[in-house]
Amino acid sequence: MMDKTRQVGEESKAGARGSTPGGSGDGPLIVSSSPHLLTADNIPKIMHSVVAALLPACAVSIYFFGIRALLLIAVSVAACIATERAIQRFLGKPSTIADGSAIITGILLALTLPPSFPLLGAVLGSVFAIAIGKHIFGGLGYNIFNPALLGRAFLQAAYPVLITTWVEPFTRGFDVDAIAAATPLALMKFEGQMTPHLDLLFGNISGSLGETSAVAIIIGGLYLRYKGYINWKLPLGYLGSMAFFGGIFWLMNPSRYPDPLFHVLAGGAMLGAWFMVTDMVTSPTTPKGQWIFAIAAGAIAVIIRLFGGLPEGVMYSILLLNSVVPLINRWTRPKVFGEVSS
Amino acid sequence: MTSQRTLFQEFKKGIWAENPVIKMLLGMCPALAVTNSAVNGLAMGLASTFVVICSSAIVSIIRRFVPGGVRIPTYIIIIAGFVTLADLFLRAYFPVISKALGPYVPLIVVNCMIMGRAEFFASKHPVVPSILDALGTGTGFVWVLVVLGSIREILGSGSIFGVTLLSERIYTPWVVMILPAGAFLSLGLLIALINYLTQRRQGAH
Repeated sequence: MMDKTRQVGEESKAGARGSTPGGSGDGPLIVSSSPHLLTADNIPKIMHSVVAALLPACAVSIYFFGIRALLLIAVSVAACIATERAIQRFLGKPSTIADGSAIITGILLALTLPPSFPLLGAVLGSVFAIAIGKHIFGGLGYNIFNPALLGRAFLQAAYPVLITTWVEPFTRGFDVDAIAAATPLALMKFEGQMTPHLDLLFGNISGSLGETSAVAIIIGGLYLRYKGYINWKLPLGYLGSMAFFGGIFWLMNPSRYPDPLFHVLAGGAMLGAWFMVTDMVTSPTTPKGQWIFAIAAGAIAVIIRLFGGLPEGVMYSILLLNSVVPLINRWTRPKVFGEVSS
Repeated sequence: MTSQRTLFQEFKKGIWAENPVIKMLLGMCPALAVTNSAVNGLAMGLASTFVVICSSAIVSIIRRFVPGGVRIPTYIIIIAGFVTLADLFLRAYFPVISKALGPYVPLIVVNCMIMGRAEFFASKHPVVPSILDALGTGTGFVWVLVVLGSIREILGSGSIFGVTLLSERIYTPWVVMILPAGAFLSLGLLIALINYLTQRRQGAH
């Protein structure tokens, strides 16, 4: 809370002075409402914990997809940082590279890409994510959409073929064009074929870098929960909603629709639930709003998966709900203590 | 009556300061819908320019005889007449472009830019300023559509005016740019860029 106020103060100061970032000695005025609680957390600390929480997922993706995965992650992170630096220098704003948010965007974007995706395409997605997804809206804290997902959505629209070309795990080296494979969700949707749950859990499947191992992502998510940077409502609401709505269809016709556990473990559900639904900037702030956000997004993801044109719906479900977050926040504003309803 | 200098200003204002698309946000439908290539943008721009010049001239000529209550239907009939001319001309001489533009040529009738010029300018001014005003507005419309079409064609197809700039081997076209989403993205960014440049220039003075 306090950090946000400070950031706002800094930005308006920089705006008022034109292009003199951080030139004066007097610190920004911090105004926040009581009660005041001092906390050791700040943006860099939270962001670097998120980076640490993403490391297991990165490690697993490198284990399954080799050097290609490492390169994709490295290139995306580098491109995100470079874009952020370039934009802030161009606008004359203070640099916020050290807060680590660009690193997270880079890693998350890379984790949503297929291993065979061209590196230049990853650069394009990173530039779009940071420039259009974040800085057009005014920078970190002002963005409406999750930047990494917006970058991914742009890549999906720009390169519809490349982004749905998957490879088998343990395809090493650079020459990966020859071996194509379908993801568990595509197998389910287009061929009615199920993938064993254990493979989904540990990641021996084809898919995007971060779609393979559910366990690695859960470890990272639990670490963030332990640190207190995410709450239970958003990830559990999202996964629970997917399991619930997926389960209804499964009970209606088990031979046609996948079971709830499959919904939760397959595709980007885990990555989305723990790292994208929980994005502090683009999710609601009120407890009731967080439930609405998570449950609605989960329902939309299931609907897209089962009845939409695409095999996976996690990305669009979260982006769609991102767009109504201000509305949800207004709608579920808690009552002031002692307020009398008129 | 009106001096030479103001006549030139009537022409000039539509190109930048009162540009229909980037400043007044009029005529967005054709600007978004048909600019998937530079040629289509140019054709749509020229057709609309023809219609706006002719209709502004006629509206200006008859401005003293049209009762206020029926002026809008009158303008629409005049505009529709010229749109039909433009549509038939395109079909006869440029069938390929006419097919690519599809229903958007007849839809020039409801282009707010043309209606706006008739309502706000031609109905209150003599013929010569009205024609120059329409010409300036049309020119402003054409350049924005050609720029938009070029951006989208280069990024979405790797070519410009049908000439291949970037071969498929070195550049994978961004499919999104020739889809509607690409139109909104490029138009939004173009307006943002122009607003930024305008603000910076005003700040410098």
